[in-house]
Amino acid sequence: METNHAGTGFLRTQDQVRLLATNKTIQKLRERTIEFSMFLCALSSIAITLGIVGVLLFESWNFFKHVSIVDFLTDTQWTVLFENPRYGIMPLVAGTVVTSAVALFVALPLGTTIAIYLSEYANNRVREILKPILELLSAVPTVVFGYFALLFVTPLLQSFLPNLPGFNMLSAGIVIGIMIIPYVSSLSEDAMKAVPVHIREGSYAMGATRFQTAVRVLFPSAFSGIASAYVLGFSRAVGETMVVAIAAGQQPNLTLNPMEGAATITAYIVQVSLGDLPHGSIAYGSIFAAGLTLMCMTLLFNIGGYLLRKRFREIY
Amino acid sequence: MNDIQNKIARNKRFDGLFAIIGLLSTMVGMIVLAALILDLATAGASRLAPHFFTSFPSRFPEQAGILSAWVGTCFVMLVTALTAVPMGIAAGVYLEEYAPKNWLTALLEINIANLAGVPSIVYGLMALGLFVYQLKLGQSILSAGLTLALLILPIVIVATRESVRAVPGSMREAAYALGATKWQTTRDHVLPYSMGGILTGVIIALSRAIGETAPLITIGALTFIAFLPDSPVKAEFPFISFEWLWSPFTVLPIQMFNWVSRPQHEFHLNAAAAGLVLMVMTLAMNGIAIYFRYRFRKRIKW
Repeated sequence: METNHAGTGFLRTQDQVRLLATNKTIQKLRERTIEFSMFLCALSSIAITLGIVGVLLFESWNFFKHVSIVDFLTDTQWTVLFENPRYGIMPLVAGTVVTSAVALFVALPLGTTIAIYLSEYANNRVREILKPILELLSAVPTVVFGYFALLFVTPLLQSFLPNLPGFNMLSAGIVIGIMIIPYVSSLSEDAMKAVPVHIREGSYAMGATRFQTAVRVLFPSAFSGIASAYVLGFSRAVGETMVVAIAAGQQPNLTLNPMEGAATITAYIVQVSLGDLPHGSIAYGSIFAAGLTLMCMTLLFNIGGYLLRKRFREIY
Repeated sequence: MNDIQNKIARNKRFDGLFAIIGLLSTMVGMIVLAALILDLATAGASRLAPHFFTSFPSRFPEQAGILSAWVGTCFVMLVTALTAVPMGIAAGVYLEEYAPKNWLTALLEINIANLAGVPSIVYGLMALGLFVYQLKLGQSILSAGLTLALLILPIVIVATRESVRAVPGSMREAAYALGATKWQTTRDHVLPYSMGGILTGVIIALSRAIGETAPLITIGALTFIAFLPDSPVKAEFPFISFEWLWSPFTVLPIQMFNWVSRPQHEFHLNAAAAGLVLMVMTLAMNGIAIYFRYRFRKRIKW
């Protein structure tokens, strides 16, 4: 028997060495296969994006073969399912803008105040209790919020705004606003927490109160992070579907008055999808054109937020 | 001198006032949550009898139930979990442990962050064009499950990455020092240590998926279904059937939407009851997730 390292008790035949080598090759192959399949899983996220953009562009392209883009952007009527259909997206955009504006009007002040309170005022124990409860707000299914807006908030508002119709953008907007508070507050809080302690201490050393420090020092320093929180809040409000579909009515209505009912882009998509829609019809294409408009709105706002952040970014 | 003292006193008063305003603002969210649950409970409690869970929807509100809805929700969630969880964990682990630092990785990271901001209804449109018509999966449980899987994939990926990142490098080095390969290290050491965080993220992601309504309406969920999907377990060989994947479906939130959009008050009571069931499910899942997060954070001391 041929051995190496004789006398050390570390004996290997040639066969064993060869076997080890093959094992090593198999192992390497296995490692590579696993790594590659994991890489494919990571790549799937890009596939999703491409899928979204591809489908929206492709189906909208079919739609815009029948409807001119100029009409789409300038016409003031959206009557796709009527006898003489007209395809002006403006009423739907107006509905989306009004509900989102109401939502932001509720969510930004409240969310920012909560962020300041949680990061500067509340002690650890209070924060540990309050934060998870607050985050439950974003866990509630949106259809439940829709029920709440239609059957609780609207009657409540009607008790001091007697002329408020049953379907209105005001109550939908308020409920969406409350729904997105956690998105605004937790991101803003993270941003404020990330401001270095010496900046905070510098302000305190000058005799500033917590409130003055928060508003005049921390808020500007953390503005780039807070702006991201606002942009995320806006994206959520614009894309919110069930609350507006239930509580804001489904009638396209070119108005900027939140006391009226109006369909939003998302509510229109839901309304059309509920009916039996022939694949390839113009109405079928219209929901993709509406979806594309929605994506463009969020994209524009995100770019705006990016520019704003770049302008106000503080580097320590 | 007096002037300055007055000013300081005023500022301090305002500081105290703001502490109260802050607490009140935080309370707004909680009051709304409480009002929501109370409202659902008072309206829906009367409907929550056993037959509510064992009957199909009906024209008569008193007889209507959520059988097809909750069964549909279970089947759709099964598809979602089986797709999104392995894919999300694999993608998260890859990005954290394997990915080289190059433009592709940077692109993947930016992309995942942006996907989280895409409105859910847009996923529904994508699924309608791609799954339902291009891939011809039809308006089925399979399409629905895959749609929700794509929707929660970014959440699972981000949660996986965060908890994998929290495992100290010394753990990996110890494994490498003993001759473990990269995959052995990941499988036997990194993943078990980060399982708590991953599990928390997965539960939260699934609770998000349970409540999603809009994307499923877009791909053509039906609102009135009076039959159940084919059973996945059969009495005769081969005992397992996948027919249910192709079945038309409804889910709990869609059933609730259907009831809430009817004008009759009687149906609104059904909607409240369905909403109560939904709330109990999602809040329970979130409670479990919070508990997990708390427990794992306490137990592991590096």
